[in-house]
Amino acid sequence: MKTVTAEHLIKSYNKGEVRALDDLSIDVTEGTVLGVLGPNGAGKTTTVRVLATLLKPDSGSAHVAGIDVIKHPDKVREVIGLSGQYAAVDETLTGWDNLVMFGRLYHLGKQESINRANDLLERFSLTESARRTIKSYSGGMRRRLDLAASLIVQPKVLFLDEPTTGLDPRGRMEMWGVIEELVTGGVTVLLTTQYLEEADQLADEIAVIDHGKVIARGTSDVLKRQVGGERLEITVENSEVVKVQEIVARISAHAPHIEGRTVSAPVSTGSTALIEALRALDEVSIHPLDIGLKRPSLDDVFLSLTGHVAEETVSQPVKRKRGGKR
Amino acid sequence: MKHLLSDSIVITKRQILQLARIPELLIFSTIQPVMFVLLFRFVFGGSIQTSQPGGYVQLLMPGIFVQTVAFTLAATASGLAQDMTKGLIDRFRSLPISRGALVIGRTFGDALLNILVLAVMAAAGFAVGWRPTSGFTRVALGFLFLFSFGYALSWIGIYVGLVVRDARVVQNVGFLVTFPMTFLSNAFAPTTGMPRALQYVAEWNPVSSMVAACRQLFGLKNEFGATATSWPSQHPLETSLLYIIILMAIFIPLSVRKYANSSS
Repeated sequence: MKTVTAEHLIKSYNKGEVRALDDLSIDVTEGTVLGVLGPNGAGKTTTVRVLATLLKPDSGSAHVAGIDVIKHPDKVREVIGLSGQYAAVDETLTGWDNLVMFGRLYHLGKQESINRANDLLERFSLTESARRTIKSYSGGMRRRLDLAASLIVQPKVLFLDEPTTGLDPRGRMEMWGVIEELVTGGVTVLLTTQYLEEADQLADEIAVIDHGKVIARGTSDVLKRQVGGERLEITVENSEVVKVQEIVARISAHAPHIEGRTVSAPVSTGSTALIEALRALDEVSIHPLDIGLKRPSLDDVFLSLTGHVAEETVSQPVKRKRGGKR
Repeated sequence: MKHLLSDSIVITKRQILQLARIPELLIFSTIQPVMFVLLFRFVFGGSIQTSQPGGYVQLLMPGIFVQTVAFTLAATASGLAQDMTKGLIDRFRSLPISRGALVIGRTFGDALLNILVLAVMAAAGFAVGWRPTSGFTRVALGFLFLFSFGYALSWIGIYVGLVVRDARVVQNVGFLVTFPMTFLSNAFAPTTGMPRALQYVAEWNPVSSMVAACRQLFGLKNEFGATATSWPSQHPLETSLLYIIILMAIFIPLSVRKYANSSS
């Protein structure tokens, strides 16, 4: 069952000059995580804002948990959680204040709001800093609190808009842990990211978007396969490169690619190719520095799909508006 | 809709909590009016001659009360603008809360702040010689007028905050509105010394009507020059009430609509 569907969404800014969403259609299966992957300005945030009832599209339709987003935004708001790119919490208040306030705004009773706040603070390891104002929180703590705020009423659908953008590696790892835990709880998640690694790690399925359109869709494996199969990659001492080149050529039946001391070529037999290569190397007494089957990364996927790498924003028109972010 | 009031109150509580978490905010918003009381009382007070029994401070206090509630317009505007520009507004919008709650809650919060500030100022005024002579009921009615005027103005603040959106710019806009409004009036000096044309401008200024209304309620005689026969001069209470109603009738619907449409 599809918990989130969006069909033919169009949203333009500046009197049609900039199309943030250009006939975008997307859906998320119940209980899964869809990673929406794309560079800045691709339309990720605009998509989330439409689905989370913050923005009306110019045309197209969208449903969340079976509810029409455009016709019944109030009902949609009761079943979704949204955690944005910036921590959407009141900085002058404490973590506890914030969660209790949001609980009250979800129309929970006073005691229930307090209990819920305490639970969530505990769950997100924020109990110790619960009574400190958000101003004193680190970036990672803010995001965790923000995520906690979007879980006050167990949402059916959770929208995470670039949940780790701007976090340091440690903050990102913590956030990933938290999100993974949530997903095991069964919530349906739509997650946007510009980090390929993140989509690979967290998402069941990935939709790659660029210029307001979905340009590819599938599991990370499928997408990677779309770019090309596995490659056998062997790194050896300089003196052995020529010998290894012969071996690789024999196994692969393709001309090997040489980069420094690394020899690589596409293979179709998977681990068999690896075993063959090891045997062949052993016969000539070459001990490789590194050997392995390399599958294409999502970076490769993105590059081959869009013709530009994910982080690159320079090629975007300078005035391109980033989906209503102000 | 059924949660409008309770949601608004949650937002108001949030504002009170903010003051509790950052007490400096509260201290500075009460120091400023007290400073004005002292400055005007002791710096200008000596050089402004008046025939009022009790001296200039009697005329001054209504003026400063009105000025202070007018200045909260800027605070309302910048507070709201701050909410609107940070990500927080997206969170509020994605919650199942009543549409107007965020702005209504803020006007409640600023109204409470106004009560506190008026009380502090009244105490400061009392300390420097302000003695209203009209009895409790009329003095209380005067404060009710001040409170209502402040509430009406906070809706202008809401509108400015929604339209301008940048908190720093909002501060300047608020200042641009309130400064001439409070000084081009009878609040600190009698309008009789102004050029004739300006006297009329000052007289139709809501601030003047409010000041005149308060003076009347506090038991003072108003002084008018060229405008002595104009309707606002003769009926400051009615004029003030009318202004309060008109301001609310214009800016409440305008602001609520602006807020509802402000994100798409």
